[in-house]
Amino acid sequence: MNQRKWRYLLPVVLIALAALSGCSIDQRLNALDPSGSAGEIQLDLINWSIMLMLGVFAIVITIYIYVLIRYRKRKGIERMPEQVHGNTKLEVIWTVIPIIALIVLAFPTVKYTFDLDEKPQGDDVIKVKVIGYQYWWEFQYPDLGITTAQELVIPVNKKVSLELEGKDVLHSFWVPNLGGKTDVVPGRINHMWLDAKKPGEYQGKCAELCGPGHSLMDFKVYAKEQADFDKWVASMKQPPKQAVSEIDKKGEALYKQNCMGCHAGATPQVPGPELNNFALRETIAGMLPNTEANLKKWIKHTEDLKPGTRMPKINYLQEDELDALTHYLMNRKSKTEK
Amino acid sequence: MGTLIIVTVALLFLTAILTGGYNQRFLDQVKNSVVWDYITTVDHKKIGILYFISGLVFFVIGGIEALLIRIQLVAPGNDFLIGDAYNQVLTMHGTTMIFLAAMPLIFGLMNVVVPLQIGARDVAFPFLNALGYWLFSFGGILLNLSWFFGGAPDAGWTSYTSLALNEFSPGPGVDYYVLGLQITGIGTLMSAVNFAVTIINMRAPGMTFLRMPMFTWTTLVTSALLLFAMPALTVGLLLLMFDRLFGANFFDHAMGGSHVIWQHLFWIFGHPEVYIVIMPAFGIMSEVISTFSKKRLFGYNSMVFAVALIGFLGFMVWVHHMYTVGLGPVSNSVFAIATMTIAVPTGIKVFNWLFTMWGGELDFKTPMLFAVGFIPTFVMGGMTGVMVALPPADFQYQDTYFVVAHFHYTMVGGTVIGLFAGAYYWWPKMFGRKLDERLGKWHFWPFIIGFHLTFFPQHFLGLFGMPRRVFTYNDVPILQTLNIISTIGVIGMTIGTLAFMYNIIQSFRRKADAPADPWNGRTLEWAIPSPPPAYNFKQLPLIRAYDQFWISKQTGKEIEPSEPLGEIHMPSPTYLPFLMSLAMFISGFGFITRGYEMGALGLILFFIVMFIRSYEHDPGYHIQPDELTGVEKEAKA
Ligand code: HEC
Ligand SMILES: [Cu+2]
Repeated sequence: MNQRKWRYLLPVVLIALAALSGCSIDQRLNALDPSGSAGEIQLDLINWSIMLMLGVFAIVITIYIYVLIRYRKRKGIERMPEQVHGNTKLEVIWTVIPIIALIVLAFPTVKYTFDLDEKPQGDDVIKVKVIGYQYWWEFQYPDLGITTAQELVIPVNKKVSLELEGKDVLHSFWVPNLGGKTDVVPGRINHMWLDAKKPGEYQGKCAELCGPGHSLMDFKVYAKEQADFDKWVASMKQPPKQAVSEIDKKGEALYKQNCMGCHAGATPQVPGPELNNFALRETIAGMLPNTEANLKKWIKHTEDLKPGTRMPKINYLQEDELDALTHYLMNRKSKTEK
Repeated sequence: MGTLIIVTVALLFLTAILTGGYNQRFLDQVKNSVVWDYITTVDHKKIGILYFISGLVFFVIGGIEALLIRIQLVAPGNDFLIGDAYNQVLTMHGTTMIFLAAMPLIFGLMNVVVPLQIGARDVAFPFLNALGYWLFSFGGILLNLSWFFGGAPDAGWTSYTSLALNEFSPGPGVDYYVLGLQITGIGTLMSAVNFAVTIINMRAPGMTFLRMPMFTWTTLVTSALLLFAMPALTVGLLLLMFDRLFGANFFDHAMGGSHVIWQHLFWIFGHPEVYIVIMPAFGIMSEVISTFSKKRLFGYNSMVFAVALIGFLGFMVWVHHMYTVGLGPVSNSVFAIATMTIAVPTGIKVFNWLFTMWGGELDFKTPMLFAVGFIPTFVMGGMTGVMVALPPADFQYQDTYFVVAHFHYTMVGGTVIGLFAGAYYWWPKMFGRKLDERLGKWHFWPFIIGFHLTFFPQHFLGLFGMPRRVFTYNDVPILQTLNIISTIGVIGMTIGTLAFMYNIIQSFRRKADAPADPWNGRTLEWAIPSPPPAYNFKQLPLIRAYDQFWISKQTGKEIEPSEPLGEIHMPSPTYLPFLMSLAMFISGFGFITRGYEMGALGLILFFIVMFIRSYEHDPGYHIQPDELTGVEKEAKA
């Protein structure tokens, strides 16, 4: 990678320019500063093509400016330009040179296209099934027996093999820092792979228009060190601890009455996200920070917060009932801590 | 439905009362009015004007929609226009701009200019020409009625299923899209046939293919593209119509259908479509640059070759819109290479334009100003085009603002700027009046500066994680700043467009006194008065070279006529195309509102009028030689 560093110059310059102008870039959402191999491959090609294109642009613009200045009509001078028909030599040059340039560009393109399509093999590959719903994401780890929503947790430096499946409409799975997107197509199963080279939080987005809530169909990817990941897996695998306090018991009853139909029901009317370990979540519906106040807001105002969402507004609960319900959910996690 | 009938009847009564009932004088008045003249016209120049004006109207509507989008995006979390309403606006913006603004503006210029450039008296099928226009315009009106009756389509201009199916887009929105575009599309297909036949069959004697002006060449290639591309859309729309109206399951995966099929059909049409709208702009560039450089077009033959090649390759690249669908690396690689190939002929064109200017005497009148503005913007659009053609890189760009920036550089920086150049260039020929040069500068500078301000930052928005078609974005300073700049740019484009509108209005306030050849032109349309008489050429010219008109001006010899002065046969005006289109409109509206009786009624009406047309004896009329000279004298006086 080292000898190719110069090609990273351009994005670096651009980012520096942007930073100078007073706006810092969100490092969780930036295709020009990837933290995974897939993203690096893509950036490499982006750089190649930008360099080539800037070269072309420089040539064109030089001729252009020269011509505009040199041959503009001057006042008082009537001149009859020579009516040339063409120039075979020149025409051959500007046909052949681009062809060569494009052939050069075609090699890495084809190679990378195949590289990115390879399905990672081996024991330490994490398999995840990604399901896109209007407007939320479900992540299933078939080998680990875990299901989460809105938050994909992965260990660092391990290839993650994603199997993407659509249920309702098209969505597109995109984590700019880790790698480009793959569509989630109902009736099809698509594959892609990712890895994260350093631990951290990365932003994901749905990139295909999927209805009124499309803009808010966000998710997060958390890359954890192996040990932390294992801990997370262990706590996710346990059933949530029993409700003991009065308020939690009341909350659990309300939850079973009002919410189980969609959330973790056996045959959901409308499939809703898994809430078993809801207390471990950092966001609600992929967009609000997970606090009790926000949870109340979400339950009462779903559609106002996320247009078109399939979860109806639940505004018929008494104030104390809502308190109990949210208290219960905010504490819903397994015995072993995160 | 009931309301509609009541309103119609009331309107009829009102006209009756205001005009004193049905009587002969009223009929005469109507028949002599300009409106009636345009409704029944089959003259290619008037139809061209109709196309052009309708295109401008829709351009303004689409522009207002764009303005709304940019206002919403000025700050993250803004709630000016969100959710479904936002999706309606973005869908209608795209659909309007492509189908109802760019296409008719192009057809407008083609209609006015092509027959004149090839030395013809009219197009091959004047009736079809009128029918094409009216179908287009009623289709466009139908599509826009959605705003008032039931909500606009909201599944994007690409209308991907399953979002566009009943289950996920209930309500009539997408039905308007399907039927509106279907009706417009029939019109477009007819016009394409018409232009192709006109150019192939009606060239003046001696005008061989390789003596045809560049704009005519691009029109020919565009027509060929339309001829093969439109059917794919027609089929797609028909299947979607069956899915939505009659419960078929072509696109429902749960019932054995496929969503990917829609994407294929759409893009088999859609990719040629983007060349359909850029190709005529290439033609305009070639004419304008050559005229205002006072030089013959550099490398004419290679230009023709490049246009034909771009048209041909345009059909083999549609999958580059679908790299992320998961069609596999083999398919992605093949289409990537095909797409990259297109850069070569495009490059040839750009260099040919540069070398047309090289050694010329560049006169920066407004058309030339736009043509000169076109080159770098279009080159940038082409460059990002090569970048998005590479699948691995495109995985990052796809469906983000990077792509939005790319295609606006080609569609606005290319097509629209090209059309503006064409408008200023041919305005005298269309209306007999020049547009004002000073206002032209007020049009050009704010527009081009605003354009770059709006769309250049969008490349970075995409790379910094902003998908397209979103009404909000993450609250981070960089996205915020770039979006504000982008919105500010719209002000420039608005000022430019307003200056253009004002310029147009001003031009109609002045006397129609434009000379036949205001720009020292090179092609045949400048050899006849502005605006040309109904029959265009008193005697069809005899062509001996490319740029015949220029050559005859240089040598001081008039273009020889190829026929003696004689009577000229003209097609007679007819209101049948208008009626047929109205019938289609009624039928479409019926199907959309699920009033199947009305839908069937409209279709029956359509076939009745078609039947009338088939059995009607319409010999046209003749203009006598002495009338011809009379008109000429009047025009000269
Ligand atoms: C009709 C089905 C339905 C019912 C009933 C329902 N929900 Fe939901 N819920 C959903 C859906 C669908 C989503 C995903 C919304 C989205 O992001 O678009 C959701 C999302 C949520 C989320 C955010 C989850 C996440 O992964 O971030 C919470 C919290 C939630 N619901 C709580 C509740 C509670 C509490 C109740 C009962 C009072 C309830 N829901 C009742 C369907 C339902
Ligand atoms: Cu989505």
